[in-house]
Amino acid sequence: MLTVEGLRSRYGRIEVLHGIDLDVASGEIVTVVGANGAGKTTLLKCLSGIQPVSSGSIVFRGEALTTVPAHARVRRGLAQSPEGRQIFTNLTVEENLRLGAYLFADDKVERDMQDAFAMFPILKEKKNLAAGGLSGGQQQMLAIARALMARPSCLLLDEPSMGLAPILVAQIFDVVKSLKALDVTVLLVEQNAFGALSVADRGYVMETGRITMAGPAAALIADERIRAAYLGI
Amino acid sequence: MPELLQFLLSGITVGAVYALVALGFTIIYNASDVVNFAQGEFVMLGGMITFFAHAAGLPLPLAALIAIIVTAGIGVALNKLAIEPARGAPVVSLIIITIGASIFIRGATQLVFDKQIHRFPAFSGDQPILIGGATILPQSLWVIAGALAVFVCLWLFFTRTLIGRAVLATANNRVAAQLVGINTNYVMTLSFAMSAAIGALAGVLVTPITLTSYDVGLALALKGFAAAMLGGMGNPKGALVGGLLLGILEAMTAGYISSQYKDAAAFVVILAVLFAMPQGLFGRKSTDRV
Repeated sequence: MLTVEGLRSRYGRIEVLHGIDLDVASGEIVTVVGANGAGKTTLLKCLSGIQPVSSGSIVFRGEALTTVPAHARVRRGLAQSPEGRQIFTNLTVEENLRLGAYLFADDKVERDMQDAFAMFPILKEKKNLAAGGLSGGQQQMLAIARALMARPSCLLLDEPSMGLAPILVAQIFDVVKSLKALDVTVLLVEQNAFGALSVADRGYVMETGRITMAGPAAALIADERIRAAYLGI
Repeated sequence: MPELLQFLLSGITVGAVYALVALGFTIIYNASDVVNFAQGEFVMLGGMITFFAHAAGLPLPLAALIAIIVTAGIGVALNKLAIEPARGAPVVSLIIITIGASIFIRGATQLVFDKQIHRFPAFSGDQPILIGGATILPQSLWVIAGALAVFVCLWLFFTRTLIGRAVLATANNRVAAQLVGINTNYVMTLSFAMSAAIGALAGVLVTPITLTSYDVGLALALKGFAAAMLGGMGNPKGALVGGLLLGILEAMTAGYISSQYKDAAAFVVILAVLFAMPQGLFGRKSTDRV
């Protein structure tokens, strides 16, 4: 579904991705784990089109994406739930969700919104409040729910567990797992390697802009080096 | 008593003009946080283009329509040629670009048209209407109706339409807007086209009363900006109320004190309001978490 080859990207003169190869098959949950600063977020930004690519290719459902602008990638079924607080703080929770389905104007939008509220009941309670007033965890849920409103065939999730209380982390990973039943392919980028690998089918390990290991999630979780470096076991 | 009513009526007329200019500011500000100081030039262009199209033999409604469309096109060109290439620059730099654009438009208008003062006929004649001992020009009613109509349309646009909320979303977080599929370049183009069209409409409506020439834009932009600040930048309701208040304040000062002090009195009140309410009367509180 999504194939990345030789992807390079830079901030000014500093290259942060040194040729990333990665693929995600339809229906899979694939995770990219790695330490802070490894380039994981930059990778997702390249995929969603908000960070320029200096070389390499991104092919999504058979179509080269590198020259497609960010807003048009959403239309093709690739949606990103961005890291941190990239929500519309001045608009209400409900307006944020409605804008998530910006490309659609049919009856299904309302059903999708109800589904989102069922997935995150707290958002329903606060639907008329300005999104800027939500807690960090609630904003994270809103970002995920908003990305799902775009009816993606592939969802890019950036650090969904970052900065959350442990009970919320478990809840977020349950949500990620449940996306499989909804036929949504997931590319999950995480520092929380253990949580991410437990819900993923396959995983990649990223270090300073390079993929250093790849394999089935169960194998990675059992790997001595990974356990030592990322899982603290 | 008729005196008070007379001052009130002329205040409301002037205020409606300020409100129209302030409403033009609202859209671009909402889409980009940029205060477009070329807004007054759009008003000037609306009047000037209508005059010259009318003088060339076109019927007045058609001339006005052409003026609005051409001005909207100039607004789009301003965005494409001056604002979009500077994307990523701080908002202050963009505001300075709009000041430069306003000087450029003023200069170009002198060359393309002329430096004379112009007027075209009022829409419904010049016979004043008598209301309770005071009089009002029929054209003033057109101006007031125009301001109200633009206000209602904008209010519906921002609160009831998806594209209106997309404009707000683009200003709030451009990256996130792109990530939900909003074409932010299109939103900016649309905002400039709408702002310019509203400005031109204001020019079409007021020229029979206030006359027009290449240099009327600057004063209107300043007054419209003051009105928008008073009401709360970015809020159509604030633009309308701020414009009317400013107009009435000026008219009352001119009537009861001295017309020399009308600007001063208006700005003293604005300063006082902004000291107490820095967001303006209807400005939204910022709810960003840091």
